[in-house]
Amino acid sequence: MAIADYEPSSCVSLELNGRTIRLDGPPGERLSFALRERAGATDVKVGCDAGDCGACTVLVDGEAVCACTTALGQVDGARVETQAGLVRNSGIAKALANSFQRHQAAQCGICTPGMMVAAVGLLRKKAAPDETDVQDALGGVLCRCTGYRKIIDAVMDCEISDGTPSGGVGVPMARVDGLPKVTGSELFSDDVASADALVLRVVRCPHHRASFTFGDLEAYRLENGLDLILTAADVPGKNCFGVIPGFEDQPMFAEGETRFRNEAVAALVGPGELVNALELAHFPVTFTALPHALTPDEASAVDDLHQERADNVMCRGFVQKGDATAAMETADVVVEGRFSTGFVEHAYIEPEAAFARRVGDRIEVRCCTQAPVMNQEGLAGLLGLSKEDVRVIPTAVGGGFGSKLDLTAQPYVALAAWILRKPVRVTYSRIESITTSTKRHPSEIEMKIGADREGNIVAVEFDGTFNTGAYASWGPTVANRVPIHASGPYLTPNYTARSAGIHTNTTPAGAFRGFGVPQSALAQEPLYDDLANALGIDRLEFRRRNALKNGDPTVTGQVFETGMGIVDCFDALEPTWTRALKEARDFNARGGPVRRGVGIAGGWYGCGNTSMSNPSTIKAGVTASGQIVLHQGAVDIGQGSNTVITQIFATALGAPVQQIELVGPDTDLTPDAGKTSASRQTFITGNAARLAGEALRARILRLANVSAEAELKFADGIISVSDDRDEREIKLATLEPDSAEYVLEVAGTYDPPTKPLDENGQGIPYAVFGTTAQMAELEVDLELGTVKLLKITAAHDVGKAINPLLVEGQVQGGVAQGIGMALMEEFLPGRTENFHDYLMPTIGDVPPIETFILESGDEHGPYGAKGLGEHCLIPTAPAIMNAIKDACGARVAHLPATPDKVLAAIKAVKRA
Amino acid sequence: MQFHRPDSLDAALEVLANEPVRLLAGGTDFFPALAGKTTCDPILDLSSIGTLRGISEEAGVWRIGATTTWSDIRDARLPAQFRALQQAAAEVGSLQIQNAGTIAGNICNASPAADGVPPLLALDADVEIAGPKGIRTEPLCDFITGVRRTQLKSDELVTALNIPKQPDGRSCFLKLGARRYLVISIAMVAVNVTTSGDGCVTEISIAVGACSAVARRLRGLEQQLPGTVPGSAELAHIVQAADLSELTPIDDVRASAAYRLDAVRTLITRAVKHAVAGET
Repeated sequence: MAIADYEPSSCVSLELNGRTIRLDGPPGERLSFALRERAGATDVKVGCDAGDCGACTVLVDGEAVCACTTALGQVDGARVETQAGLVRNSGIAKALANSFQRHQAAQCGICTPGMMVAAVGLLRKKAAPDETDVQDALGGVLCRCTGYRKIIDAVMDCEISDGTPSGGVGVPMARVDGLPKVTGSELFSDDVASADALVLRVVRCPHHRASFTFGDLEAYRLENGLDLILTAADVPGKNCFGVIPGFEDQPMFAEGETRFRNEAVAALVGPGELVNALELAHFPVTFTALPHALTPDEASAVDDLHQERADNVMCRGFVQKGDATAAMETADVVVEGRFSTGFVEHAYIEPEAAFARRVGDRIEVRCCTQAPVMNQEGLAGLLGLSKEDVRVIPTAVGGGFGSKLDLTAQPYVALAAWILRKPVRVTYSRIESITTSTKRHPSEIEMKIGADREGNIVAVEFDGTFNTGAYASWGPTVANRVPIHASGPYLTPNYTARSAGIHTNTTPAGAFRGFGVPQSALAQEPLYDDLANALGIDRLEFRRRNALKNGDPTVTGQVFETGMGIVDCFDALEPTWTRALKEARDFNARGGPVRRGVGIAGGWYGCGNTSMSNPSTIKAGVTASGQIVLHQGAVDIGQGSNTVITQIFATALGAPVQQIELVGPDTDLTPDAGKTSASRQTFITGNAARLAGEALRARILRLANVSAEAELKFADGIISVSDDRDEREIKLATLEPDSAEYVLEVAGTYDPPTKPLDENGQGIPYAVFGTTAQMAELEVDLELGTVKLLKITAAHDVGKAINPLLVEGQVQGGVAQGIGMALMEEFLPGRTENFHDYLMPTIGDVPPIETFILESGDEHGPYGAKGLGEHCLIPTAPAIMNAIKDACGARVAHLPATPDKVLAAIKAVKRA
Repeated sequence: MQFHRPDSLDAALEVLANEPVRLLAGGTDFFPALAGKTTCDPILDLSSIGTLRGISEEAGVWRIGATTTWSDIRDARLPAQFRALQQAAAEVGSLQIQNAGTIAGNICNASPAADGVPPLLALDADVEIAGPKGIRTEPLCDFITGVRRTQLKSDELVTALNIPKQPDGRSCFLKLGARRYLVISIAMVAVNVTTSGDGCVTEISIAVGACSAVARRLRGLEQQLPGTVPGSAELAHIVQAADLSELTPIDDVRASAAYRLDAVRTLITRAVKHAVAGET
C-alpha cells in the first residue's frame, strides 16, 4: 500500500520551468498561491480563484490547467511551466512573445501570462493552428482590454520577425513598455509586496443596508494573534473620500450604518498565515438589516442615504436649446421609447491590491490606480497628513476602465502601515472586487425625437434616471455629461435633456468608459432607426443627413469650425453597409429559423473634464551623459499612454523614441498628468508632452544657434546639432546644470480651453469631441433568441492617429466591451458577484472587427490628435440592437439582450 | 492538514474507512466551492490512482473510469453512440477545465447544470461505487438525488461509469448559453437515437439538463417519437405539443423558466435531426 501522507507543512517536489524545487506549504493549498508566494513565480496571475478567468494558466506535464483549481500536493513529481519559464526556455514561446509584441496582443498585460501559456500548449501540438483551434485553446482565458482579435492574430502568426517600425507621431510601433508583459516580468499591484509584509483583510457587511455594533475587538485580536484591528474610530483624518469636489461622501469604514452590501466596517492585520486562515464569520460584529432600495423606483420609499440629499436625489443635469416642446408639435414624424440598462462591471482581470510602508513620517503606497495624484490627495485627507507626506507609486495596472480612479484598497494598508510602522499588503478577492468597486450606472431613459418629412431632426426630448448607488463617486459627471451628449453627433435645433442621479443601497456607480454616454446612445440610436424607417430613408443616409458638420452648433451651442468628422465616419462605412445589406437580403430570402440583420449607430464624446480645468504637466530633461529622460505621469492602464506620450515627445523634440528613457509614474518623480480617464491622456498629456518636447528643442537650438529645421543627435555627453549650413556640438558637461539631475530641464503644461455652462447648459464643455460610427452584422435564431455576431466595422475620426496599431487595439477592446454590454453583462447585487455568474465576452464571442481610422485633424489636439478610449464602445451596443431589430423585427429595449429577452421580444412582435 | 495521495483503490478505501475526508480529483469544483479559502480538512486526492482513469470496452459495456478527464473523453476514438458525450466534453468550461475536470467529479458535484449528466442519462449510464462492502452499481438517474446531493456515502467513492453498448445508437448534445466558452447552460439536451431502414425513429432517449434540480429523462416524449422522421414537421409538432411536466425550470439570472421550456423543445427537435445527420 502506498499512501503519501503529507503533514501540514511538508515538502512538495516539482520541476518548475526546468528546475527541480521543493515547496514547503500545505499540500491542499492552491498551486497558484504556492507558485506566487512560495516559489516567487509572480508571472502566474490570480484573477478569480475559481477557474473562471484562466489568468493563472500553467502547463502541468504539458497540459494547460488553472493553477487556482490545482492543489500543490497534486503536482508532486510533476513538470510545471509558467510564462516566464517558457519564454526563457522554449523557442515557440520566444517567437510567441515576439508576435504578441508585434501585434499588440498585450495591452494591460494581466491576462497575457495565461494567454501565452495556453497558446504554447496549443502550438506545441499544432504548429499552424486555425482560428477555431486558437479559440478553443484560449477560450478559458478572459481578456478585458484587447477584444481578443489581436491575440488570435498573434498566435496564428507565431514567428520571430523584425517587428514593427519605431518612430514618432504616426508610426504603428509596438508598445515601448510591452516587453515585460510578454516575458512575465511585469509587476502588478499584487506582485510588489515585501516578503515581511503583514496581510490585511477587510470585514464587510452582508446586508444591503444595516446598522451594526462591535463586540470585544481587543479580545478577538489577542485570541487570533493579530497585530491590529481597524475601524472608523482609528481613522485619524476625515473618514470620508470622494472624487468630485463637494461630493466627498464615502467613508473608509462605515460608521453606525452601512449603505451597501459588502461595505467595509473593519480591517484585520497580521501575519499572512493567520489572517488568510481566519473565518470572518466569527468576527465580533452584529448587523441589523434595515429597509433598503436597490433601484431608483424604490429609493423614495427608504430613508435618505445622505442627509443633505433629499429623496435620495444626488444631483441633476440639464441642457436646453430652442423650444423642444413647441418644435415637436411641428414635426412630421415623432418616435419615442423607453430604454434601460443595468449595472455593468468593469471586470478588469487584476483585482484591487495595494502595498504600503511607512518611511519616516511619510507613507508610501504602491497600488493599481488610474489617478495617482487624486489617490494621494484622498489618502492624505483620510490619514490626516499633508499631500506631500503621501507618496503613491502606481504599479502596472491590470485594466481599469474607470473603476481604478477611485480609492479602494489603498486607504486600509496605508492606515495600517502608518500605525504599525510595518509593511502591509492587501489583495481583494474577485467577489470583494466586484461587490465593492464602482459600476456603470444603470439607466432608465425616456426619449422622444421628431423629424420633418425630408428627414431633418427638429426636436429631441430626453429624460434619464441613473442609479448612482450608495455614494457619489463620479455620478455627478454622468449626470452632467449625459444631457450634453444625448443628442448624439447630430444637428438638433430644439433640445431638452434632463438627467438625475439617484442614490440606492448598491455599490457606487462611477466612471466607466463613456460616463453615461453609451446608455444615452442606446435610446437615441434605436429611435433614429425608427425615424429613418418611418420616413423610408436608408438608415445610414438618415444619420449622415443629420450629422454635425463644421460650423454647426452642438446642443450646448458650441461650434467647431474644423475637425467635426462624423460625416466622414458614415462615408467610410457606406461601401460595407451596402454590401452587408445585400448579403443579409440574399441570406434571408433563403428562409429558415436564422435571420441576418445589419445595424448602424453613431457616437461622440467630449475629451477631458466637462467645463473644468484639468491640466497635465510633463517634465523632461537631458543628463550630463546625454540621456533624454521623460517624466511621464499619465498612468498607462493598457491603453498605451507610455508609448503615445513618448512618440509625441520624440516628434516634438526631434529625437528617436528608443533614446528616450521613461520615468514614472510616481508622485515623487513625475508632475501631475491628471487622471487616466475621459479620453484625455493623448489629448491633454499629449499636448503637455508636445510642449515639453518643443521647449527642450528650442533650448537646444538656441544653445547651438541653428535653424528650426536642425537635426539633433544625443550621444556620449554631446548633443550634435546640424542643419544644411552648419554642424555644432553641445558639450553637456560644460553647461551650468538646470537641476541636480539634468543639465537641461523643461516642463510643459496644457489645460484645454473650455467655458462653463450656463443655467441652460449652453457653453463650451470640451475643447475636443471625437466621433465614430460603427456597424454590426449578425444572425438571430428566431426559435432560440440567440444572437451570433458576424462582423463589427468601426470608423473612428481620431483627428490624427499617433499610433495606428494602438488605435486599432483601443477600438477592438472597446467594441468587445460594447458587445458584452449589449448581449450578456449585468451585475446584480447578491447574484452575479463572480466571473462564474457575471458573464463577459470570451474569445469566441468577438467577431472579426474592421477598423477605419479617419484623420480629420483637430484645432487643439497634439498634431491634430483627439482622444479615443471612450468612443470605441459608445456605438457598439446600439448598432447591435439595431441589427437585431433589422434581423427579426423585434426591439430589445432593456439590456442585456440575453436569449430569453430576444425571444420574448420576437414573440411580442408576432402577437402584435 | 492531512493530504492523502494513494496510488491504489484499496489504499483510498482504507483512508475513507478511517476518517472523514474531502475527495479531490480534478479540483475544478473542489476549489471554487471554497470561495478563496484554503481548507484545513483532510483531503483524499484520487488523481494518482491509475486504475481509475481511462476508457475500456468489456462484454456489452463501455467503462469510463472515474477520474477520466473531459479531454480524455473528447479526444478518444469512440462509436457514434458517444457523440453526445464527446460534444459535451468539448463544451465543459474551457480547455483548462476539460484537462483537469473528471467525469465522476461532474456527476458527484451534482450541479443541475452539469454538462456531463444529460448525455450519460441518455446513454443509460450506471454508476459503479466502491465502499467497505465492495462494489455496487446504481443507475445514474437514481444516483443523483438533488441539487448537490447524491447517494454516495462518506466511506464510498465512484470508480466508473458503465454504459451499455448500443452499436446502432447515434447521439447529439446541444448546450445553450449566453456566451461561447466558460458558460453555465441555460438549458441543454442530449438525445440518443436509433432509426430503421426507412429513416424512422425506432428507439430514442432524451435527457434535459438545467431545467430541473436534477437533469431528467423525458420518458413520455420518448414513447411518442418512434415512427417519426428526424427533421420532419411531424416530429417537431409532437415535440412542440409534448407534455414536459418532468421539467421544473426556474427563473434565474440566466433565463426565465418559460424561456427554458420553449428553448428545450427547439433543442430537442434539432438534436434529433443532428444526431441522425451526424451534424454538430
